[in-house]
Parts: sequence; structure tokens; C-alpha cells
Amino acid sequence: MNFGFTEEQNMLRDQVARFMQEACPIPKVREIGASQTGFDAALWQQAAQLGWLSLIIPEENGGLGLRWIDLTVVLEETARGLCPLPIASQAMTAAAILRCGSDSQKSSWLPAMAAGEVVCTTALYDDPNWIHPDAVQLTATPVEGGVRLDGVKPFVPDALAADYLLLAYRGPDGLGLAALSRDQVTFTPQPQMDSTKPAGRVVMDAVTVGDEFLLPLSEADLDYLTDVGAVAVTAEMVGAAEAALNMTSEYAKERIQFGKPIGQYQGVKHRLADIYVDVESFKSLLYYAAWAVDEAPDELPRAISMAKGYASDAFARIGIDGIGLHGAIGFTAEYDIQLYLKRSKWARPMYGDSDYHLDRVATLGGL
Amino acid sequence: MDFEYTADEQAFREEVRDFLATNLPPREERGKDFLANWLTNVREKGWVGFSWPKEFGGSDGGLVEQAILREEMAVAKAPPLGTSFMGLAWVGPGIIQYGTEDQKRRFIPDILDSKVIWCTGYSEPNHGSDLAAIQCKAVREGDHYVVNGQKIWTSGAPWSQWIILLVRTDFDVDVKHKGITCLLVPMDSPGVEVKPIENMAGDRHFAEVFFTDVKVPLENRLGDEGDGWKVTVSALANERSSIGEVTQMFGKLDTLKELVRTTTRQGRPASEDPKVRRTIAMFETKIAAMKYNGLRYLTKQIKGEPLSSETSVNKLHRASLEIEMDDFAVELTGQAGLLLSGSEEAVSGGSWAKSSLSWPNVVIGGGTPNIQRNIIAERILGQPKD
Repeated sequence: MNFGFTEEQNMLRDQVARFMQEACPIPKVREIGASQTGFDAALWQQAAQLGWLSLIIPEENGGLGLRWIDLTVVLEETARGLCPLPIASQAMTAAAILRCGSDSQKSSWLPAMAAGEVVCTTALYDDPNWIHPDAVQLTATPVEGGVRLDGVKPFVPDALAADYLLLAYRGPDGLGLAALSRDQVTFTPQPQMDSTKPAGRVVMDAVTVGDEFLLPLSEADLDYLTDVGAVAVTAEMVGAAEAALNMTSEYAKERIQFGKPIGQYQGVKHRLADIYVDVESFKSLLYYAAWAVDEAPDELPRAISMAKGYASDAFARIGIDGIGLHGAIGFTAEYDIQLYLKRSKWARPMYGDSDYHLDRVATLGGL
Repeated sequence: MDFEYTADEQAFREEVRDFLATNLPPREERGKDFLANWLTNVREKGWVGFSWPKEFGGSDGGLVEQAILREEMAVAKAPPLGTSFMGLAWVGPGIIQYGTEDQKRRFIPDILDSKVIWCTGYSEPNHGSDLAAIQCKAVREGDHYVVNGQKIWTSGAPWSQWIILLVRTDFDVDVKHKGITCLLVPMDSPGVEVKPIENMAGDRHFAEVFFTDVKVPLENRLGDEGDGWKVTVSALANERSSIGEVTQMFGKLDTLKELVRTTTRQGRPASEDPKVRRTIAMFETKIAAMKYNGLRYLTKQIKGEPLSSETSVNKLHRASLEIEMDDFAVELTGQAGLLLSGSEEAVSGGSWAKSSLSWPNVVIGGGTPNIQRNIIAERILGQPKD
């Protein structure tokens, strides 16, 4: 019985925290967010050298052969400082290839991904708020030696930074994933509430994709990818929510009103305590879900739906109250707490909102 | 990170299960000697005061074994391991930590053997949450103290034989936490009067306890004079793993789900109502969060890292769940949910209605939710004290 992290995992956590402080502090995050692609190639190379892009990739494919719980440590710590690097998108793509790809696809694509030579992203659903196979709406027409894609993927995370895209489509025989390079598609950037989470619309105008770039996608695969996507997002929510709590808690100790620090008033300190309770709780649920990805896959659906079901609404409320407890200064663009409000809104629908996940918990629990 | 148990731990779990299979017959088959036999048998196994040192009659049980024992007992819905909940939870540990050799010899065996029931005299009419401000007075006269004052909300007082009592021995102190002393007092001492208070559920569990010139021998003082606050706080800090409570709450959730499955709402099955589904799912999610919070804190303890006040997190969850689950059952079942036992329309024999009026037992006793929030904000987040 050991629901804690290993020495190596703690060292990894410290390493990421140091990187965020030294190489990617908030002013840098803001600068990257304001750029055209929302991406920084130099930082990406550093992340690659530190091994963070290769964690869940097996050793035979050039990775470190670690687990989702290790990836969780990295995502939690990068999100604490709102790191805009597409580490989660890269991991999601690796997870999809590992789950659905052929041996030759794995051996030809994963090593470059592990080394950070390419930036990859994955998009599953086309309906803005529906987790269901029918929400994969990009259609494919079979052609000699492959399929032809004609249409739009409206919600592609990190689209502008990506060299390669793994896009879910619907063909006559069911679902599939198509691997495309950036020069096969056109992008439209989408101004985002959260500039640290860039995304775009991807248009395919009669693009032919050869069989060697197609991966089968069963409904079980789609469920799995949705679940691990939710693990990645919830890991980021844990780090970001904890940062928002700390920032607000520190402010409450310093801000004097009516002659006392506002943290001395129960209207403030009790809300901070409730936020602590929520963050601790969805953190525990998330750690269990992240552990379950590799160690108890049968328990993953329920475990992650509890974690994301709890976190989505709780973090959204933390974002709002973080601003509220700061008062007018929290409303300014200059103060960083507003960036966390935006991040909380970003995280809420990603891979299922609370309504989706809690309804699933009810179903899996026998209702 | 792993959720495996060692071979020894597994073997212990099997031992507990085997014991329960033999010693815990179904409710309808239990004879009138059942409880007495149960108490004798668990005592012989060394499971009463399981974590206490062997030299005082305990078993030196490890943290994981304690959690296993609690979990299995809760799964089996077994009776308590002794008749004195408070004796086992903090009076015994307090005496082991602060008591004299004579006190250990006099009190510990009776607690373990379920011969004596203890109650706890902390709250006073004007001092509940603000416990350190107590006024119940003890004056030293020769070889004894003379106690005058009143306690209130004393759970179990009507049927307890002993009380662990906080009194003020010094009124001239700069900080209210000083000048408090802890005394062990027989409830049949001359001058002790118990007046039960009826609660809103119609039960008479708690009471006012009056002390008029009650003589308490010096050898019944626990710890030094003026050290009562320290004794109390460290005894209450004898934090237990919440695994037993979590298991109980999962059991209650199952009963609630069964109620949902057999109830209609506006003419439709309640189980199809999105609000009902979401509410039940959030209960389940919060109980699971308590479970995994508890395992994280248990892991810290096993690694020898000090716990701060993290256990307040689960106390807050438990408080809100105790209130909300019963309230939800009552709301779900409409007018029938309001009925107490005694009519055929009552839901589950009126048990939800009854428990929806009984939550303060758990929620207010041992520190209100707002006190838990103060603890988290001040001790963990470092906010200034009120």
C-alpha cells in the first residue's frame, strides 16, 4: 500500500518546477501566448532534451517506457505555471499511435516524437460539447489505396504549432484516425479566451491519405483516448488550481482592509479552506485515475470520470473566486490570477464536462 | 505507487474475514448472548485497542492493519469492538500517553473489556467551539479537587460510568489555553447530576451535567495541573484512518441508489432524472475522494512524514455528505419521505426521515465545519488567526 510518489518521480517534479521558474516564468508564458503560433521552438527543444516528450513511449520506440502517472507529474507542474507547450497534445498522439497503430507506424513515427523533432496533435470530436462516437463527424470516402478527406476539424488543439495531425474521421466501415502533415491542410487560427491553449480549425480540401497513414479506431479505442485525454487535462487542472489557490491565499495574507489582512475574515478564509478541500480531493481522484491507466485499465473509466467530473466545476468556481477574492486588482490584465480563470474555463469542456462525467459515474455505478 | 498489500497484510485480512464468517451470524440468527460473546471474542483476538502498546493490553497493530481491520468490520456491518466508543477513541490513548502507572492499571483494562463506558465533558453552555474558554472550576483542597460548574451536550452521559472532564484550575492566566486541567471523574460521585436533553430526532443521547462541590481525588488528575489543554488536544489528535467511515458511507450510498431505483419522480423513474443521477454521482465521487485522500494521508504516515491538519479535509466532506445524503432521500420521496416509523407509507420504515434529523451527532460533535475550515485556513494555508 503506497499511494505516494517515488524518489524518481519527486525528482522529476522538482526538475519541472525548476524549469518553469527559470525558463518559462509567467512573463514568458504571456509572450508566447501573444505570438502567432502560441509556440516556442527553443523551449520545446529543452523539454525534449529533458525527456518529457518521451515518457510514455516504450524504449523500443525511442522513449523512456514510463507510465501515465509519470506524465501526470510533468503535466501538473507545467500547468502550475500555465506552460503553453503542447506536451499533452504530443502525449495524446503517442497514446493514440500506441493504442491503434501498426508496429511499422509505431517504429517509424514514435522515435521522432520522443525526440521532439516533430510536434504532433490529435483531434477526436467535432461537436463542441458531445462525447460520443457520433460526434466524430469528419467524413472519409474510400479511394484506391486510402481515403479522401473532405471537410473540417473545427477543434484542433495546438493546430498551428503542429507538424503532424492525427484526426478522427468517419468512413463507411466505421471510425478511423488519419495522420496528416501540416502541408496537406489549411489552418484558421481561433482567438481563444485562454491564449496559453491555442487551437485552430483545420480544413481538408479533397486530401488523399494513403493506407499507411490510417489507423483503425474502435469505439473502445475512442473511449480510451477520451479517458486518457481527460487524465491529461485533469492533471493540468490540479497544478493550475493549486497555483490559483496559492496565489489567492498569499494575496489574502498581504491585503489589508479595515485594518486587518483579509485572510483573517472568515468570509475569505473559509472560502480558501473550501478551495483547498476541493483541490486535495480531485487531486487524489486524479492520481488514482492516472495510476489506473497502466495498472488497472478496467477501473479507468469510472476513476477518471470521478476526477474530471469533480474537477471541471470545482476548478471553474476556483477561477471565478480567485478573481473575486482579489477584488478589482484581480480583474486587471496585469495580474496573473485572471490567466487561471481563463485556464479553468478552457479545461471545463475538454474531454467531457461535469455533466458528461457524472452521468457516466451514475451509469457505471448501476443507475 | 501501488495498491497491493503484502502477504502478511493479506493474511491478516483473511484472518479478519474468517473470524467474521464464524462470529458474525446474520442479524435474525443472533441470540441474546450474541453481543457479550462478540465483545469477548474480539478482545481475545487483540483487536480492541488494536493500535495500543502490548504492555497495556493492545496489539501494537500497524497502520495498514488498523485500516484493514476497520475496513473489514465496516464491510461486514459488525458491531463496535467495545461498548465505550470514547474510551477507545481518546480516553484510553490519553491515559496511555499521560497517565500514571496507577491510572493505567485502574482504567485501561476496564475500557478494553467493555466494563466501563466513558463520556467526555468538554463543552459548556457558553463555550462550545471556543472550548479553551471553559469556566467549570476545580479548586484544590488537600488531597482532592472540588469541582463546581456545568457541562452540556455531553453525549452518552445518561449511561456512562466515568467522564473525562476539562476544568479550569487557574483563572489568572494570560492565554485562555493555560490554567486548564483534565480530571477523571466517576459519574456516581456525590454532587454530579445528569439532565438528558431531547434532540430534534426525539432521542436523549446527550445531556447537561452539573457539578456541585464534587470531590475528585488528586490521583484522578490526568497529566499535570494546567496541562489539560495539551492532554486533550493530543488525545483528540489520535487521528484514525477514515477507511471505516468511508466503507460505511459507500454502504449507505448503495441503500440510497436502491431507493432511487424504486422511486418515481413526476411520474418517471427517478433513475432517469439527470439531476438525481448527477447528485448520486457526486456523492459517490466525494466518498471516493475521501477514500483516496485517506490513502494518501495513510501513505504519509507510513513513511513517517508528519500529518498537518489534512484530516480536516475528510471531516468536511463527511459533514456535508451526512447532511446531504439523508436530505436528498427525504426530498426524493416527497411527502412519504417526511413520515417517521409507524405507517405503511413511510419510506424505508422512516429511517431516512429519522437520520435526516440526526446529522448534528456527526457534524457538530468534534468540531463544527466552520472550525474545520479555520483549521485548514490557519494551519495549512497560513492565514492569520481570527
